[in-house]
Amino acid sequence: MPDTLSKDVIELLRRHEAAILDEWMREQMADVRRSRLIEETEMRTQSKEFLVLLRKALERGAIDDLDGRDWEELRHMLADLSASRAKRGLTTSQTAAFVFSIKRSIFDRVRQQWAGDAERLTSVTWAIDTLLDRFGLYMTEVYQKGREEVISRQQQEMLELSTPVVELWEGILALPLIGTLDSARTQVVMESLLQRIVETGAAIAIIDITGVATVDTLVAQHLLKTVAAARLMGADCIISGIRPQIAQTIVHLGVDLQDVITKATLADAFGIALTRAGLGVRRLSAPTGTSVRAPGRTEAR
Amino acid sequence: MDRIPILKMGHSLLVSIQVDMHDRLALTLQDDLTQKIVATRARGVLIDISSLEVVDSFIGRMLVNIAAMARVLDAKTVVVGMRPAVAITLVELGLSLTGVRTALNVELGMRLISDADKSEQGAGHEP
Repeated sequence: MPDTLSKDVIELLRRHEAAILDEWMREQMADVRRSRLIEETEMRTQSKEFLVLLRKALERGAIDDLDGRDWEELRHMLADLSASRAKRGLTTSQTAAFVFSIKRSIFDRVRQQWAGDAERLTSVTWAIDTLLDRFGLYMTEVYQKGREEVISRQQQEMLELSTPVVELWEGILALPLIGTLDSARTQVVMESLLQRIVETGAAIAIIDITGVATVDTLVAQHLLKTVAAARLMGADCIISGIRPQIAQTIVHLGVDLQDVITKATLADAFGIALTRAGLGVRRLSAPTGTSVRAPGRTEAR
Repeated sequence: MDRIPILKMGHSLLVSIQVDMHDRLALTLQDDLTQKIVATRARGVLIDISSLEVVDSFIGRMLVNIAAMARVLDAKTVVVGMRPAVAITLVELGLSLTGVRTALNVELGMRLISDADKSEQGAGHEP
């Protein structure tokens, strides 16, 4: 059952609902209009729903028990709202402003209602203030959780996306690595490479590290592991795309790449792979046009 | 006592390991194989481990040993059919089977042996 405090708030909300809503909308629109991310009609619907649910919850449950069942509906509504705002790219403060912006209009009513009764005024103000603050914090929490989910999903997607194994020619696989190479990625890279070796029966795999930003001893070790695993499956590996700085770093670090064939470019590595497979590239006719882009070295093989 | 069968195919021997290896079995296999290499004058040994789901350091060492023994007897060893998961595990264990040739399957392993044989015969004297 609602106590006197709740009753006061309920009564206040019921009597001035329309006025509060109007003022609240003005407050919100002034804040959000600049970003143009939310329609006014949508916001009005949400605000109205919030007021109705708030009143219902107050009628049912205690004003200080927000985790209870009576407040579940309202919590749910706020969570949905927060999630949808997070998805649209609104900031945390813009999301929480939904709840905080109602304060002025409510407090105005409270002041008018109990202007002569200082004690009542303070207690009601305090109760509503605390309530709204907690809602705001709750929305922030949900917002953050939503963002974290997005981040972890993107991480997962990146992990899967960034390890394509492509077949350059029959029996020749290429593995263009992009980004950083840590233990988790190496595991994924290794698994997908070995799987493709089994599927295609490839004898040569080219690991292209043009897109790998830095190569330190750990990355080099991961690369060597991948090469060793591919060798155990009967496939030779060529590491290509070694940039000048990386070549220097490798030597300075004392990483031993003696047992692995290394090439500066993917084209060179592909040439070697073709030779190994007993294949070659031949020019069929004189190139048309003046801007010939075919490199001469491919032709020589 | 069970043994691992050794099949002769042309100039090569084919060993297919399909049961869990233990010390005695490994020793017997090494014994049988070296005798068979000498008896058949085999030029290559194919060890098929495609049905092994677990390869530990013991089997890894056994494979390296067999390869070394065969090399002394002038036969090339090719380990074929290793599963991806097994390959990853061996690499994580730090065993990369240096000195052992590898191929994806028996067919490719066979080709590897005959190619190596041909190039050697081309360079050397006819028997």
